[in-house]
Amino acid sequence: MEYEFHWNIVFQKMPQLLSGAFVTLHVSVLSMLIGIAIAVLLAIAKMSDSKMLSLPATLWVEIARNTPALFQIYMAYFGLGAFGIHLSPYTAVLSALVFVNAGYLTETFRGGFQSIPKTQYSASKSLGMNSIQIYRYIILPQMFRRIYHPMTNQFVWSILMSSLGILVGMNELSGETQRLQSLSFRTLEFFMVAAVMYYLITKFVLFSTSLVSRKLFKGDI
Amino acid sequence: MMGSSFFTPLSWNDSGFILTGVLNTVYISLVAIIIGTLLGLAVGFIRAEANKFTNTLLGGVLDILRSVPLIIQLILFSTYIGAIGYPLDPFVTGTIILSLYTMAFMSEVFRGGFESVQQSMITAGRSLGMSYWQTVAHVRLPIGLRAVFPSWLGVALSVIKDSALVSVIGYMELLRTSEQLISRTQQPLEILIGVGIFYFIVSYPLSLYGKYVERKMAT
Repeated sequence: MEYEFHWNIVFQKMPQLLSGAFVTLHVSVLSMLIGIAIAVLLAIAKMSDSKMLSLPATLWVEIARNTPALFQIYMAYFGLGAFGIHLSPYTAVLSALVFVNAGYLTETFRGGFQSIPKTQYSASKSLGMNSIQIYRYIILPQMFRRIYHPMTNQFVWSILMSSLGILVGMNELSGETQRLQSLSFRTLEFFMVAAVMYYLITKFVLFSTSLVSRKLFKGDI
Repeated sequence: MMGSSFFTPLSWNDSGFILTGVLNTVYISLVAIIIGTLLGLAVGFIRAEANKFTNTLLGGVLDILRSVPLIIQLILFSTYIGAIGYPLDPFVTGTIILSLYTMAFMSEVFRGGFESVQQSMITAGRSLGMSYWQTVAHVRLPIGLRAVFPSWLGVALSVIKDSALVSVIGYMELLRTSEQLISRTQQPLEILIGVGIFYFIVSYPLSLYGKYVERKMAT
């Protein structure tokens, strides 16, 4: 059987698709920023000697890493209702992405921090630097180089996984595509355009992060 | 909420329903991991050996598989085969896409493994009179595969988690069965926590084992 493609309707709806793409980018950027902030705290808590701090952090990390993202979105959207918390689709997807990003980035940060030999700390101290100087000029710059690439990967992952918003009726690219195709029944055309847009978004993000890294690290990474 | 749990609409009959979901999740994950690993091994080997042109071409295709969300790939493929008049069973559709998706990640893992084997080892094998394929079978495969085992396990674990997405094309895996149970019983929290625990007890021990192997290899 032949399938006849009709592209007109898709091009007419381009503004809506683009605004969906913007929401996708928006939610993933936000989930990264909040995720990074929480991950810094979790990494510090995980490395502390106090069990009171390290145990909850470990629990967070392991749950985030060992359950599907779809489960976490369902949990945020349907599960929290049992506590009387009713999140909008956007907030539910955002909080699930923040939860996962924080979990994965905690391990990234911890690994980056521990990869720097302790001897550097004592060496800088013997040169007369104080702790703030040691972190500012010695530890953090090296650490940042090592975690930059895993962080961009996590960002791309967030963009791809925000597509699960389709299942809770969010208005990001997938959800918007789903809504538009249900009005016109040009399912194939709409989702093909969405696939191309996701591809372009991830390529754009990877391109711009590599530009930034070239500027920041001057080539040696 | 607490008080109502004595009169839960959940019954023991539902456990059979959930069990079907569990088994289907395990089943489709295993099949996708096996097919994805075999395809990834072949593609990874080709990529380690091929010239620049083939590599760029192949890399481009794999890149598309990795840059388009799995859920979009599933919807696109199942809509496409429906539109051209060859609709397939959700299991088959899901397995095809999940395996290809797995392959895209596995091939990178294996390519790295093959390229990690030092050229001098291969030359040594050749000078001992081994043929090209003998060096592949006795030198490159064992050394390369061992090096990438933790990464392989990481990808395999992500496949188990990603298999939840096959629910969108109608395959009755764990998350979809629980979703149906939720819509009947209106007890999302209890059911979802159960689902989460299942994924966790499958994934966590394996991830610990992966870390253990990684640490052992590092020393």
